[in-house]
Amino acid sequence: MTTLQGTGPSARRFGQAASRIPDVAFRSLSGTLAWVVVAALGLLASLLLLDGSQALSTFGLSFLTGTTWDPIAGVYGALPFIVGTLGSSLIALLLGAPIGLLTAIFLAELAPRRIAVPLTFVIELLAAIPSVVYGLWGVFVLGPFLQSTVEAWIVGTLGWIPIFAGPPFGMGLFAAGVILTLMILPTIVAIARDVITSVPDAQREAMLALGATRWETITRSVLPYARSGIIGAIILGLGRALGETMAVTMVIGNRPEIPHSVFDSSQTIASQIATTFNEAGIGLQTSSLIALGLVLLVITMSLNVVARLLVWQVAGPSSGRR
Amino acid sequence: MAVVVAARPSIAARLTGVGVGRRRAAVDVAMRGLALVAALLCVVPLAAVLFFVATRGAPALSLDLITKPPRALGIGGGAANALLGTLQMVPLAALMAVPVGILGAVYVAEFGDRRAAGVIRFCADVLVGVPSILVGIFVFTFLVLPFKQFNAFAGSVALAIIMLPVVMRTTEESLHLVPNALREASLALGVPYWRTVVSVVIRTGLPGILTGSMLAFARAMGETAPLLFTTLGSRLINVGDFGQPMDSLPLFIYVNARQPVNALNDQAWGVAFLLLVIVLVINVAVRARTWGRRIG
Repeated sequence: MTTLQGTGPSARRFGQAASRIPDVAFRSLSGTLAWVVVAALGLLASLLLLDGSQALSTFGLSFLTGTTWDPIAGVYGALPFIVGTLGSSLIALLLGAPIGLLTAIFLAELAPRRIAVPLTFVIELLAAIPSVVYGLWGVFVLGPFLQSTVEAWIVGTLGWIPIFAGPPFGMGLFAAGVILTLMILPTIVAIARDVITSVPDAQREAMLALGATRWETITRSVLPYARSGIIGAIILGLGRALGETMAVTMVIGNRPEIPHSVFDSSQTIASQIATTFNEAGIGLQTSSLIALGLVLLVITMSLNVVARLLVWQVAGPSSGRR
Repeated sequence: MAVVVAARPSIAARLTGVGVGRRRAAVDVAMRGLALVAALLCVVPLAAVLFFVATRGAPALSLDLITKPPRALGIGGGAANALLGTLQMVPLAALMAVPVGILGAVYVAEFGDRRAAGVIRFCADVLVGVPSILVGIFVFTFLVLPFKQFNAFAGSVALAIIMLPVVMRTTEESLHLVPNALREASLALGVPYWRTVVSVVIRTGLPGILTGSMLAFARAMGETAPLLFTTLGSRLINVGDFGQPMDSLPLFIYVNARQPVNALNDQAWGVAFLLLVIVLVINVAVRARTWGRRIG
């Protein structure tokens, strides 16, 4: 396309100068604006690094391993929030990945079109619900529901295992994980569906011709072919879970200590920032919160890069986006 | 599920054809059933959220809720401050993000050399994945901290940063769908390249561009985290003063949901209902036009 520019018939008939100037102007305007997104990302990363550097240079690596977050003593360790973030996201991943993958298989391989189309639409709507609405629903509906049913049942049957020990509060790591599951499902389903759909039909036909059942075709021929893309879809979901703020903040209980049971109140990196940033004293406390943000940025960005590359490998650069 | 199916292997056998072992056929049907169950599980939460927001939110809706600000002291009043704030900050954000996003996408799709386009596209994808709360901190450091004043303009900028990559990527994709023959036809008529892009390429891709922009708009309306440290929120009605804090619908929900007062919680439900209706109407309207084409 670039070769057309300036060498088209108009350029020759009306003379180079007349048609080139607006072309060049338009090109450079759009070029400048295109780099805004690169600049924004670069500035975001460097400002977080700059403002978090005070905390990072004060505590060094012990910032990541410290278990106390005490504004009064001026000691800041990120481990409780890293554990909270990874813990809640892990729960979401354990619940969301199998459900999401099975749903994607259903939509791409099994469901007739007249069911797949509206169902895909409904799942896309799930992604449109604002995080804070999920949070509100989580506080007043899901939390109490989990407390009296699922959590009570788990404590009753598996309570002898320390990480499933009670009492169930309804507000804590587990509730956050369940809310996150709902929020990452649309991501996993949409991308995994795209990836599975892009598997060539020859893969299926060969397997079916050998007498395999539909399910055998899916697990032995379609899924292996789409494997890296599906892993990418799940990692993208994980990335979303790690950075999700509002719904988690509202249901996780906001206790800045390392949780010992999945039902304990806890705090993620994002929720710690959300609940304490505005009251934080300028200086080391703010810098420590920004350094926390930097940790989150590094985790989510590297996951995103890996996931995108995996998805591109299978389905091309335009998959999984709406 | 598996129990039911195992009891009736003959149906399973018939479904999957002759010559398939009973056990394999049973596994096939069981797993296909499980896939169906998983798909239904995805729908349940949507139904549950909609149901509770409607049943608890609709009764809380009133004229006061959308016409009055919260009372200065005590409880009561409405959420007019939040509604007006959202209706000012989100359009300003769109005003910043949509033109930049569209023109940026034009560069990536039409002009840019492959390497530059790759870098820009990649950064847009990564920016989509950056947690929105970090965008809030980022904007805080250069639009709030230097002025020592939370302000609505900073909130708009934060929302714009969230909208930008969404607008850009959807626009780029709809530009790629414009057939090359249209570009060639326009150029063959002697139309300069920039006019071709504006009047032929963008024009043809406009439905897709509008879809992306509207979805980004709806997403920005529901964002809370980037506003916490930028516009902060306010109990006062603020019309037009972007140098001062402003409230927004999601901020109102967040603040009121955390109060230990039933009347304030009810207001949060009412506003959640309002917000959800707006966001879902935009989504359904925009997606309904394109769903048949995308799913194939």
